[in-house]
Amino acid sequence: MIQNIPLSYFLVISTLMFFIGIYGFLTRRNLITMLMSIELILNSVNINFVAFNRYLYPQQLEGHFFMLIVIAVAAAEAAVAIAIIINIYRNFKSIDVENVDEMKF
Amino acid sequence: MADYTYTILIPLIPLFVFLFLGLTGHKIKPFITGLIGTTGLGISAILSYATAYKYFIGAHVTGTGYTSIKGFEVAWLHLTEKLTIHLGVLIDPISVMMLVVITTVSLMVHIYSIGYMKGDPGFYRFFSFLSLFSFSMLGLVLATNIFQMYIFWELVGVSSFLLIGYYYEKPSAVAASKKAFIVTRFADLGFLIGILMLSFNTGTFDFQTLTDPHGPAIASAGGAAFMGMSVLSWSLVFIFVGGAGKSAMFPFHIWLPDAMEGPTPVSALIHAATMVVAGVYLVARLFPVYALAAPDALTVVAWVGGFSSIFAAVIACTQTDIKRVLAFSTMSQIGYMMLSLGVSGYGGEEGLGFMASNFHLFTHAMFKALLFLGAGAVIHAVHTNEITGMGNLRKYLPITHITFLIACLTIAGIPPFSAFFSKDEILVAAFHHNKFLFAVEYIVAGLTAFYMFRLYYGIFWGKKTHYHHTPHESPLVMTIPLMILAFGSVFAGFLPFHNLVTSDGLGFESHIDWMIAIPSVLIGVLGIVIATVMYKNESPLPDKVAGTFKNLYKWAHHKFYMDEVYLFVTRKIIYRYISTPIAWFDRHVIDATMNGIAGIIQFASYAIKGFQSGRLQQYAFVFVSGTVILVLIFVYLV
Amino acid sequence: MNILNLFVIIPMLTVGGILLTKDLKQSRIVSAIGMGLQLILSFVLVYLYMSERSAGNTAPMLFMYDALWFPSLNIHYALGVDGISVAMIALTGIVVFAGIFASWKMEYLPREFFVSLILLASGVFGFFISIDLFTMFLFYEIAVIPMYLLIGIWGTGPKEYSAMKLTLMLMAGSAMLMVGILGIYFFSVPAGHPLTFNILEISKMHIPIDMQRFLFPFTFVGFGILGALFPFHTWSPDGHASAPTAVSMLHAGVLMKLGGYGIFRVAIFLMPEAAHEQAWIFLILTSISVVYGAFSAIVQTDLKYINAYSSVSHCGLVLFAVLMMNQTAMNGAIIQMISHGLMTALFFALIGMIYGRTHTRLINEMGGLMKVIPFLGVVYVIAGLASLGLPGFSGFVAEMTIFVGSFQHVDVFHRVITIVAASSIVITAVYILRVVGILLLGPIKNDHFLHLDDAKWYERISTITLVLAITAIGTAPFWLSNMINFSLAPIVERLNAIQITGLF
Repeated sequence: MIQNIPLSYFLVISTLMFFIGIYGFLTRRNLITMLMSIELILNSVNINFVAFNRYLYPQQLEGHFFMLIVIAVAAAEAAVAIAIIINIYRNFKSIDVENVDEMKF
Repeated sequence: MADYTYTILIPLIPLFVFLFLGLTGHKIKPFITGLIGTTGLGISAILSYATAYKYFIGAHVTGTGYTSIKGFEVAWLHLTEKLTIHLGVLIDPISVMMLVVITTVSLMVHIYSIGYMKGDPGFYRFFSFLSLFSFSMLGLVLATNIFQMYIFWELVGVSSFLLIGYYYEKPSAVAASKKAFIVTRFADLGFLIGILMLSFNTGTFDFQTLTDPHGPAIASAGGAAFMGMSVLSWSLVFIFVGGAGKSAMFPFHIWLPDAMEGPTPVSALIHAATMVVAGVYLVARLFPVYALAAPDALTVVAWVGGFSSIFAAVIACTQTDIKRVLAFSTMSQIGYMMLSLGVSGYGGEEGLGFMASNFHLFTHAMFKALLFLGAGAVIHAVHTNEITGMGNLRKYLPITHITFLIACLTIAGIPPFSAFFSKDEILVAAFHHNKFLFAVEYIVAGLTAFYMFRLYYGIFWGKKTHYHHTPHESPLVMTIPLMILAFGSVFAGFLPFHNLVTSDGLGFESHIDWMIAIPSVLIGVLGIVIATVMYKNESPLPDKVAGTFKNLYKWAHHKFYMDEVYLFVTRKIIYRYISTPIAWFDRHVIDATMNGIAGIIQFASYAIKGFQSGRLQQYAFVFVSGTVILVLIFVYLV
Repeated sequence: MNILNLFVIIPMLTVGGILLTKDLKQSRIVSAIGMGLQLILSFVLVYLYMSERSAGNTAPMLFMYDALWFPSLNIHYALGVDGISVAMIALTGIVVFAGIFASWKMEYLPREFFVSLILLASGVFGFFISIDLFTMFLFYEIAVIPMYLLIGIWGTGPKEYSAMKLTLMLMAGSAMLMVGILGIYFFSVPAGHPLTFNILEISKMHIPIDMQRFLFPFTFVGFGILGALFPFHTWSPDGHASAPTAVSMLHAGVLMKLGGYGIFRVAIFLMPEAAHEQAWIFLILTSISVVYGAFSAIVQTDLKYINAYSSVSHCGLVLFAVLMMNQTAMNGAIIQMISHGLMTALFFALIGMIYGRTHTRLINEMGGLMKVIPFLGVVYVIAGLASLGLPGFSGFVAEMTIFVGSFQHVDVFHRVITIVAASSIVITAVYILRVVGILLLGPIKNDHFLHLDDAKWYERISTITLVLAITAIGTAPFWLSNMINFSLAPIVERLNAIQITGLF
């Protein structure tokens, strides 16, 4: 039953996911994998919203609404990101993030 | 009071001649430019004689003696409330005397130069510079205040520079003119410091105010003291330093022998008769202040004069270049004049030294100019300056010979020629003041006679007949000035200076002190006799004497190595050890610091540049860590 | 139309005219006409100023003009002149005019050159006529920034390096100045009153002494960098050496005077108490400038470097005299600014003319030029004699006024340091005569130089103008000295008032 699972369990999971996502974003070389890490981050935030909504304000639905918006934005952003990755591949012939470093000093 | 405003023309006419010849001279025929220069100076000379007549013989002898009159004055530059630089004309015994001396000698030199400089491409330039010099020197002696004198002092220095360096394509002439200017400039710094101190303490530049025996300047002598002498004495010593530079007193004399690089008429005018006596004139002008308020300064004057006198006389005995012998002779005679001022008191008989100094200045101008112009005639005839290249010239240059002999007899102090009287008065004044200085000058009198006759015999006697082309006597235009100056050398001694030019304007009784006159004549004769024995005919005696005094001879011949000292100080010390390190310091330390700062900034910017690496993940990392840090700060510290 | 506005409008119109021209010939004629008009205008201003004063007008500033610019910050475009500004404007007019003629043969990008040059000149004119601190700073920047282009594009030798160094160091000075000016702006008025940039109004008020102690060094050093204050002078030798002739003339002749004028008008006038307290530090630095610059000049081998170090020495003397803070010394400082401006402009013009013929600036490669180019040689000797302070030229008047004025102090420190500064007359003689001897006198060293042309008509105009100005001030200094004295009176009164109230 949900009420017997302490809030902290959900928060731990979302924190773990968040930092795994950050770690993944910072260390992975493949752009697609970096995108997946971003999705992880976004989903961890979603879990946070929903958990707080359910435990602190069970009568209201703002957290759920926020979560839905985030999912929609994540979807749109994934689409745009993949379009960028395809363009990068066409120009650099690789999707290694180390190759995309021309906008520097 | 009679009107002396016209005296402003005396210096102004040469100024206009200078400007006119300088700007347009290259278009006029050379002889005409010489004529213009000479005429201009002739007019100044006539005006000077008229002034002398009017002042000395006209209605000026009242009970108070000859007073100083301001003929003309205009305010030129206002400095502080009390100090203003005026330009004007001061008429008093010594300035009128100097007017006569300067214009006469300058006129003789002008006439002489028309012959001597004939054919020289820079003829008009020579005459324009001669006029510039005359203007400057006249302005100097007519100055009403010490700053005006300083102004013309500098102008005289520049005229000398331009004239010594007249043959500007000769490196030795260029070097000599530079040396003259810089050494005198250094002394002028002393003069300037003296002026600053004097004007600060007395609040005025004006000579009449400064030299007023009952005035504020002399009274201020009781003021602050520094190291034993009053501030007023110190300022007068500094002013004397300036005078010593122009008058080639030790140790500022090194420029004078080298100045002989200039044409001989220049040496006659500037470095014998007029510019070099400017220092003596300066002390004479401020004499009341020296005598009444700063006797310590006068002591300095006397000793410097005495030392320079004997120093130069010893060197002159060993020199072989005619003009150098005469240059050192000049230094020695000016030493006499300085010493005479130094041993003088103020007022009546006490002021004998003052009178004698000016008297000797007057006679010296005549005979020294004569000697130089004569030497010029000799050089003109045989085309060399060295005694060794001359001899037996009395057969070829009779007029030059006679006039030169007259001058030599004069300078040796033989009566009844003029210098006997003037030198005798100096010896009397010295005798009554300081026996040691008297002894020094007595010896110098003998040495003078000796080296002058050594010179005379070397030029006009001996057996030399082998000349490249036969020497011929100079044209009339050159010999007439010689004769006029010889006339002056002979008869100037009879002028009653003791009534005309005295320390306080009042005449006093002067008579020949036979106790001193006879010994001085004797030592002069002794000098002539020794010179005759050694130099009249070919003789091994000179070399033997030189051999006996080997070291003294060597040192004297090299002018006691003073030139080497000067070169050492300027080349090694100033150039190598001061200027070069300073320039190096500027380029490699200060500039390097600026470049270093720029370098550091560049280095820092290269380091920071790394933040813009273009790498996405680095940007993200910075972003995340920044956020975390800020969160931590805001949660725990704020 | 206020006459002072014309000083900025005429250069602007000239610049506009040049942009319409096609080539060297047209642009230089337009420039000559424009700056000729400006020169005439400066003399007209002198005349009008003197007639106003003799008619009895005793206001501190004449011909004032005021337009509100930024109401919120109370910035005005305020103009006004007094005797000192008028003298400086006359100097600028003469030097700019001579500079145009010295650049008569500028082949490379002539239109842009003349535009930059005249822009620079307009900045200088504007600086001298403004009495609002902000406007003054604006014109100061207008005067400094074109230097970068002028040296970097039209210079010789390591021009980019010199241009960069000069501009960066002067910009650092501007930064310090900004601090000073803003400090004065914020702290001059008592609480509750509107802030003001106007110099005249600030001078009536009192800036608290602890702020003054902080602001005075900033302002002094800020202007001092431009005025060749030791040890911030090192931009000057390289900058002058690499710059083209007219730029060197303008820079050494006029721009370096902005520094002296600025110190006088802003630092000392508005913060006299701090000036009194801190003067001794800067006196030591400036006297080092004077002697150090002269000694460095002795060993240099490049004509322009000799002149640059000479400028360091002479400009140091200006700051030295200003710091003495009595009427005579400050009078001397201003005369020295004018005198040195003319002399150094003349020198740089001559050096440019000689370089144009021999294509070398190293004195050891030249010699005996007096016989080959007598006109230039004689003018060079005249310039040299003026520089070493020969009576009859302006340098003597300036230096003697400074030395006599500086000596009139009660305490020994000031008098001793005056003597130290006075020793520069000997050192100056040494390096000037050294150069004259090696360059002009003696035998001709290089046979290639046997057939050089003497000065052309435009070069004669350039040099004779300057020589006449130098001689005029040298022989008849009283009118200049009196004009400056009158305008100095209120400033000196203010300085003396401080001493009486006894801050120590």
